[in-house]
Amino acid sequence: MKQLTVSQTSLRSKRYKWLFWLVIIAVIYIWGITGVQFTGIKDSAGEVSRSIAYGIFHPDWKYVYDGSGEDLVSLILQTIAMAFLGTFISAILSVPFAFWAARTGKPRFHIRSTSGKLVLTLIRTFPEIVLAIMFIKAVGPGSFAGVLAVSIHSIGMLGKLFSESIENMDFGPSEALMSSGGNRSQTLVFATLPTVLPEFLSYTLYRFEIAVRSASILGMVGAGGIGTPLLFAIQTRTWSRVGIILLGIIITVTLIDFISGTLRKRLV
Amino acid sequence: MNIVPTRTFAQKYHVKTIAWLTLFVLLVIGTAKMTGVDFVMFFANFGQFVVLLQQMAKPDWQYTSLVVQPILETIQMALIGTTVGTLVAIPFSVLAARNIVKNKFLRGIIRFILNLVRTLPDLMLAALFVAIVGIGPVAGVFTLAIFSFGMISKLFYEAIETIDEGPLEALQAAGANKTQLVVFAVIPQVFNYFVSYFLYTFEINVRASTVLGYLGAGGIGVYLQRSLDQFAYGQTAIIILGILVVVLIIDGVSNTLRERLL
Repeated sequence: MKQLTVSQTSLRSKRYKWLFWLVIIAVIYIWGITGVQFTGIKDSAGEVSRSIAYGIFHPDWKYVYDGSGEDLVSLILQTIAMAFLGTFISAILSVPFAFWAARTGKPRFHIRSTSGKLVLTLIRTFPEIVLAIMFIKAVGPGSFAGVLAVSIHSIGMLGKLFSESIENMDFGPSEALMSSGGNRSQTLVFATLPTVLPEFLSYTLYRFEIAVRSASILGMVGAGGIGTPLLFAIQTRTWSRVGIILLGIIITVTLIDFISGTLRKRLV
Repeated sequence: MNIVPTRTFAQKYHVKTIAWLTLFVLLVIGTAKMTGVDFVMFFANFGQFVVLLQQMAKPDWQYTSLVVQPILETIQMALIGTTVGTLVAIPFSVLAARNIVKNKFLRGIIRFILNLVRTLPDLMLAALFVAIVGIGPVAGVFTLAIFSFGMISKLFYEAIETIDEGPLEALQAAGANKTQLVVFAVIPQVFNYFVSYFLYTFEINVRASTVLGYLGAGGIGVYLQRSLDQFAYGQTAIIILGILVVVLIIDGVSNTLRERLL
């Protein structure tokens, strides 16, 4: 008898728990919907989307290559180059950050590793376009500013992934070296780095895939690559130009993802 | 009899490693040429960069009250965008799952569409939607909806593919049709994963939505662009600090909820 009442109350509390979450979710959504007024949609929206669709299916093929250096192929190559070089620099810069942030002991709070993780979070949250604008102020508009923006911004994510792979690595080799009298730098070079290198490379390739996507939009603020002509084409409403650039980006990203995915499978 | 292991010529002289390394060095040099890397200029102009950082190091605290409303608008955009994207993604993810749809052709088409959507960068979508629906948060909502649709449908169909086949077979044996199968065998198994992935996508969308306004798609990005255009770096600093605080809070809340779910 007593047991029955217990189960009834626990059932009731479960029902109220559902209700509780439901009310919270409802309140959040009501707040969310009040914030965005859907009345501001332009009357021309349908017409514009039709012309965009027309442009995408009738791309401006002449733009693909005209030998001027300002055509699709050269700018896409420039975008990939920005992503490649940026990721490369970033991977080198990320290694010290990763060792800074990696927690190899047990305690939950550790001044070195916690501060390192905080710095990486700060870098990750700093918007990449703002970085690009800051570098444009320093080195002028162009793809070099884009390279710098990619290389600094990527540290946030690469450093985090690298430090996690250091935390999860197999300590056998480094312990073996230490017990046979290797000093710290020898342990680092002959045990730690070889153990984590494949994972580092795999993460770098993964980040390269992301960098290609972000490099293709950095041009929108003037940091080189395909983004500049894309924004220009959207603003001047030359939809056939937009169509060919979109096609170019889609093909490039798909190809890069495929190549990098194949390489990553062979690595790990 | 001991046999000394012999190495081939390629192994002895590390031909493969050297080839990869040479290719890599050539790529680095080539890309550096192509992007006009000039570190001499970079270090010569480094002073300007430091000046900029110094200006940012003096945040304009009075600007804080003006920033709160647009930051909230950013979260609202991310919330609605992620929800719309998720709702659209659910049917697509069911159709793309290997264990639900046995028709290879249909699955292939759906996956091809999803892959195409995922290749589009967020800011590019924002520029397109600003051109379609006009300047304002609605463009941001559309952008985030498409962006999260691509991401979440992949996460969802991968979750569906990992479910336990037992309940599916049991229901099939009892004569259930496709809809009943999805409602009573698939959804109960993947519900927690779905909520967790939804929260994860929401985190990413909050990050992404903070810059969408740069192209006119609403939220804090509009103010970001204004402050950068006016060289008011003290205000930029406040905005970035605000974004940081919001991202940290959202990440913290979402991580706690996800840990409780899984």
